[in-house]
Amino acid sequence: MKKIILAVLTIGLAAVAPMGARAQEINIQSEINVMGQTKPIPISLSGFTGEGAEVLKFDLTVQGFSFVTPDAAQYLVSGSDAGGITGSLTDKFAKRVLLSRSYNGASLRRQAHAFADDIVLAVTGKKGIGQTKIAFKSQPSGYGAGEIYVADFDGANAQRITTDNAIVAKPAWVPGRLALYYTSYALDNPDIFYHSLTTGQRRKIAAYSGLNTSAAVSPDGAKIAMVLSKSGSANIWVCNADGTNLKQLTYGVQDSSPCWSPDGEWICFATEKSGSRRLAKIPAGGGTVQYLKTVGAPNPTEPDWSPDGKWIAFTSQMGDFNICVAPADGSAPPTLLVGGQNPSWAPNSRTLVFNRSMGYRQVLSVLDVFTKQYKDCVRATGSSSQPAWAK
Amino acid sequence: MKLNQIVFPLALALAATLATTGCKHQPMKVTPIPGSQAAPVGDNGGGGNTLPGAGTLPPDNGAGMNTTPGGGNTAALDTFEGMVKDPAALAANTIHFAFDSAAIKKSEDANLSTVAQALAGNANDKLLIEGNCDERGTEEYNRALGERRALAAREALAKLGVSPDRIRTISYGKDKPADPGHDESAWAKNRRDDFILLHPKTGV
Repeated sequence: MKKIILAVLTIGLAAVAPMGARAQEINIQSEINVMGQTKPIPISLSGFTGEGAEVLKFDLTVQGFSFVTPDAAQYLVSGSDAGGITGSLTDKFAKRVLLSRSYNGASLRRQAHAFADDIVLAVTGKKGIGQTKIAFKSQPSGYGAGEIYVADFDGANAQRITTDNAIVAKPAWVPGRLALYYTSYALDNPDIFYHSLTTGQRRKIAAYSGLNTSAAVSPDGAKIAMVLSKSGSANIWVCNADGTNLKQLTYGVQDSSPCWSPDGEWICFATEKSGSRRLAKIPAGGGTVQYLKTVGAPNPTEPDWSPDGKWIAFTSQMGDFNICVAPADGSAPPTLLVGGQNPSWAPNSRTLVFNRSMGYRQVLSVLDVFTKQYKDCVRATGSSSQPAWAK
Repeated sequence: MKLNQIVFPLALALAATLATTGCKHQPMKVTPIPGSQAAPVGDNGGGGNTLPGAGTLPPDNGAGMNTTPGGGNTAALDTFEGMVKDPAALAANTIHFAFDSAAIKKSEDANLSTVAQALAGNANDKLLIEGNCDERGTEEYNRALGERRALAAREALAKLGVSPDRIRTISYGKDKPADPGHDESAWAKNRRDDFILLHPKTGV
């Protein structure tokens, strides 16, 4: 009897304590996070058809699982999507059932995302990304006028946010809130707008003469970093969330794409040094520019700092564009992952959304940086790019 | 919260116990999913299926607009308000750039002189410089490069006596190609500054 109680308690704690020590006991393979080279966790899926199977496969693939036969799997997922998602997760090696649940309400997709999140939590101890959102821009052709959209992270349920019929660019989420900043040429100038997704109201935040673009919101939501050219060159500026208290931060010949470190202390951006393109960081309150080492990844642009502070993802241009990730502390050279542009980290600090070329259009794709597995998002018509993951 | 921390594991534990003792086909834990439009992050309660659309744009609100320019600063946007674009006047004087460069070529001197003369001859006219790129850079890098190209022409025109206060710049990055093709011939045409003469709105 004692044995049974002990086993029961272990399972209970492992299933609900995301960061707890006991959760880590069942975290076998995901501990080895070698960028681009981690072996995926073998999992099998049975009983699901259609949309349920599609969502589970998508969500788990981009979080480091690979789908194999039950013989080759460490984890077995079985269940059904008839009339709602019902499923169980078994650890074959430990001979334990880790999860057994059914889901109701919302849509089948949402239920499947919730089940995927529960699987990720039970196996890795980390919170899943199945129910997160992205914002992006979409253009009917590969250039010119477009609109800002918000969708599930896999591209499903896309909703148009703007009705500008103008060039739009670089949506950025306010952390923890249903609100965006983005660039729109609606008033015949590239201006930065704040847009509440709960009320639909928007406000100009930066509409100076010249360039106003690439808004990036500080982790506490209080500050905006952006690119302005009002001083006569494209540089990084910082202001309050409402556009007040404007301050010039950088003085390079051509600076672009600011992003914040998760502690809010630094702003990383693309710049130029002695005629060659570099990534650099500067204290958010101003100070000395420090150049990042990106040896082997030429022409770096579009940096994005992972929420756990460890990594900087960016785009390297070497003829084609490639997604690269480097340790933020410069302790190792960048790893080249896949072809694409505009990487944006998921809240889990291991998955990226980015856009890649398909013909002359761009499609959104989701990448697990540790296993290099990626899947294309649900296709929107036209060309979709500059995705931003809600955090 | 404490109660949750105790009760929830116990409920799960019960589910797991039953599951391991032969009730595999009857999962006990049911997770209700509220609404179909969940909040993407943190707080907001989500709500209906559709996000509200954008409101209409007021002409000028927002904080911190059009602060006083100085030094090499760009001219205040409101000084160009209501001016009428004349894209035809200087259409023949578009200047072109080398790949990934904002340096103005010697061969563009004649075009820049023509532009400077047009402005010298019409004191009430102003100029819009549209900077553009080919499709080979990343989007925001190109938006900055296009602006740099427009500002480079502004600087060159200043040396020819045109006051920078009469010049407005706009970068279209790679969003406004002159030739939508995907070869060097198209790219060479797209790496450019277009000059748009601006007439006062009275048309005088």
